[in-house]
Amino acid sequence: MAGFDKVVSSYEEALAGLEDNMTVIAGGFGLCGIPENLIAEIKRKGTKGLTVVSNNCGVDDFGLGVLLPNRQIKKILASYVGENAEFERQMMSGELEVILTPQGTLAEKMRAGGAGIPAFYTATGYGTPVAEGKEEREFDGRHYILEKAITGDFAIVKAWKADRYGNLVFRKTARNFNPMAATAGKITVVEVEEIVEPGELAPDEIHTPGIYVNRLIKGTFEKRIEQRTIRSA
Amino acid sequence: MALSREQIAQRVAQELQDGFYVNLGIGIPTLVANYVPDGMEVMLQSENGLLGMGQFPTEDEIDADLINAGKQTVTTAKGASIFDSAESFAMIRGGHVDLTVLGAFEVDVQGNIASYMIPGKLIKGMGGAMDLVAGAENIIVTMTHASKHGESKLLSQCTLPLTGKGCINKVLTDLAFIEIKDNRFHLVERAPGVSVEEIKALTAGELVIPENVPEMTFI
Repeated sequence: MAGFDKVVSSYEEALAGLEDNMTVIAGGFGLCGIPENLIAEIKRKGTKGLTVVSNNCGVDDFGLGVLLPNRQIKKILASYVGENAEFERQMMSGELEVILTPQGTLAEKMRAGGAGIPAFYTATGYGTPVAEGKEEREFDGRHYILEKAITGDFAIVKAWKADRYGNLVFRKTARNFNPMAATAGKITVVEVEEIVEPGELAPDEIHTPGIYVNRLIKGTFEKRIEQRTIRSA
Repeated sequence: MALSREQIAQRVAQELQDGFYVNLGIGIPTLVANYVPDGMEVMLQSENGLLGMGQFPTEDEIDADLINAGKQTVTTAKGASIFDSAESFAMIRGGHVDLTVLGAFEVDVQGNIASYMIPGKLIKGMGGAMDLVAGAENIIVTMTHASKHGESKLLSQCTLPLTGKGCINKVLTDLAFIEIKDNRFHLVERAPGVSVEEIKALTAGELVIPENVPEMTFI
């Protein structure tokens, strides 16, 4: 690596420095746009006691779900966790701490964290269990609660294409939480399907500027589909 | 007779207007897309980051990178746009979506809604529902009027954890179309062949019944 070149040659190198009890922010919605190889590397590494921030927690044998059998996740902030039997067991038994967080609030927590905003007021969750223990305030007759921003020791992100400087382009709805996650990691690691030379991506088409990206690696992806729904041709 | 799921969706579709941006929740609300009146343009918002959701793909069109908020494979409609989750909820929270349709377990006379958790039984999370009910001005809740055991879901006070407080003013059940104002339910329409007495018996919260309660009409 030299200058702005963010490319690393192995997944081991991509996640070097990830240690027990750290906080990891992950992009993805369901199984769409998840950093599947980086998650697999965390499993291989055996890092434990992680706090994970992600909209969902994968399924039993794919995505973040693969970190559950060896109890690698201690705590998770997520908006929807309904697709995973082992998750439910660990949550009910208290082995896994789950902080259910509204989806928009979760996205904004990441965005704010990456943008240097420590907290924000939102009407989302006012008067619900989500508001418990949080400051409430009225603006122009509406009620809001104070939500704190999130940053991670690591952010793990999946993009479609990147140049070697870490400028990222996402594809279709695989974008989801990935751009916000990318801004919120002390070390942001991105895996992509294709890496091109700087200058090959038009500046106007870049979704996430390389300034947010620390390490970049090219992977191959299974891209599992959670709900295959079709119409007849 | 009580409305079928399809008929509930059909009645909700009568509330659509040309040029509306609409977010449809999972379940009955999704079916509303099948009843957009001819000649009307409506754009569907999917909170994972798609405005202009199209129909399901053919086998050849399937793309793992293109799904809706229910994690189903979809296509994009003409004029669609794709964005990240923060942008998606900015349009939801900022009140830019014209109509939100979602399901619920309970609603009450104060406009409270419970839809995401049954303690000890169902703890899957709220997804985007809390943001949707807090951000939208125009929300229609679709649900059955009572549980399978005949217990009313229209209450004087919700018993389950709330998804949102004081944010619901229209409910369409299999028996009736109800508006919520002044801390009371107001009966607006009834399902064809369903009597006012039946609706009253299955509505636990205070129900205001006007002199004339028309039957819903379906074209």
